[in-house]
Amino acid sequence: MANSAHEPEVQQNEDLWSGGKQPLKVSYGKLMMWYFLLSDAFTFAGFLIAYGALRFSSATWPIPDDVFSTAPFNNFGLGHETKLPLMFVTIMSFLLIISSVTMVRAVQEGHRENKRGVVFWMLMTIIGGLGFLSCQAWEWTNLIKDEHMTVNRDPFGTHTLDGVYLNPDGSESDEVFKAGDGYLVHKHHVDHGDDAHGHDSHGDDGHGAEDHGSDDGHGGDEYAYEVGDHAGYVMDENGFVFKKFKVTTDGDMKGQVMAQEFGPKAFGALFFFITGFHGFHVFSGVLFLLIIMINAAGGVYVKRKNGYEMVEKIGLYWHFVDLVWVFVFLVFYLL
Amino acid sequence: MAHLSYEAGKKRVYYGLILLAVVTLVEVSFSLLGKDHIIEGVEAMSWTVYVIGFILIALSLYKAYFIIYEFMHMKYEVRGLAWSVLLPTSLLIWAVIAFFQEGNSWKNRRHNDGNPGSKKEVPAEQQGMLIGEDVYILSGRG
Repeated sequence: MANSAHEPEVQQNEDLWSGGKQPLKVSYGKLMMWYFLLSDAFTFAGFLIAYGALRFSSATWPIPDDVFSTAPFNNFGLGHETKLPLMFVTIMSFLLIISSVTMVRAVQEGHRENKRGVVFWMLMTIIGGLGFLSCQAWEWTNLIKDEHMTVNRDPFGTHTLDGVYLNPDGSESDEVFKAGDGYLVHKHHVDHGDDAHGHDSHGDDGHGAEDHGSDDGHGGDEYAYEVGDHAGYVMDENGFVFKKFKVTTDGDMKGQVMAQEFGPKAFGALFFFITGFHGFHVFSGVLFLLIIMINAAGGVYVKRKNGYEMVEKIGLYWHFVDLVWVFVFLVFYLL
Repeated sequence: MAHLSYEAGKKRVYYGLILLAVVTLVEVSFSLLGKDHIIEGVEAMSWTVYVIGFILIALSLYKAYFIIYEFMHMKYEVRGLAWSVLLPTSLLIWAVIAFFQEGNSWKNRRHNDGNPGSKKEVPAEQQGMLIGEDVYILSGRG
């Protein structure tokens, strides 16, 4: 009888040590998925904070709505003069949001043990993810191939002074700009003068590309392919044309002729690395979704009778990818 | 785990879709507004950059909250789980302050050539175009 007072305590201890208790009321797998996502959040935060620190350390920074102002519709119908600032990335954001929603639907159907529903909504999620990846592939191709951005070259610059551009022959053009305006440094043999800051002064200079220099002296309306310092522009050995301009800001710089420069190198590296790392997350997410969808269709999770918990776990990962995009979108495109 | 009923949950999801889409559109509009794409002259007012930046960050944080609490079901988990996942991220607050401060002082140092307070004059021959590390093309004539 004297022992009976201790009994409940002993009983309780044995219960604790016998396992099967879930202090956080989630299974081990889900809990560990949360902690993995926490660590992944720190990785992404590290990258994005590095972007912020480098941006703060640079005197100028490319203007996002100038850099990201093209979409595939420019190539089909709209023409390159039409600027669509941020439109394409907004569509990309919608794709991820929609695929997040279809993922929640898959999890809900899982709770009801509805196999057909799970498979259908997971398929929709996979399609959304693939759509996002395709958009990103187009975005990268456009930046690399047409705008010549690489990990260590950023052709998107920003003016720090007001000025007026010079024509190729050194005379003043009527194209003025203000401090803070962005520009894209063109490469000669693809330069059709059809980008953001379209120079209407030269109509068809793209055709002069094949026969270098043969167009010299045609009223100076074209950028001859000749490396060096010219009256109205500078061409480097890679064929980049740095247009010259006359400073019009009041002060001791007024009247001085300067040439465009490349933008901060770090921009290209940060862009490709961070969006690439996110894209890789989306890509691996699509692979895991595919595997789990096939398993679900094969009835693997029916036998487990745990409300398709595996679908819930991949769902957590997929929402995290969407969550990271919220911040990548904020940092790279909106601010 | 207090779950919503199937029908209520379904409604909640489509509400979330509309909410996130609208917030995203509002964000894009504010961003374009700040860059003079909607109304001319906003960019020239220097204070708007801070107001719009603040709005954009606040809206993004709200989106993040919604995704974590609704889509990832954090709302329906026990409090210990939520704290153990969310509390560590508060370390990032200091990381943001410290590294942005660092970036800023990096810029100042480059301008002042390491001597705080002494504005270093950029030599005239370096005001041309930088084509490589320390390689300038002169552009004094014209």
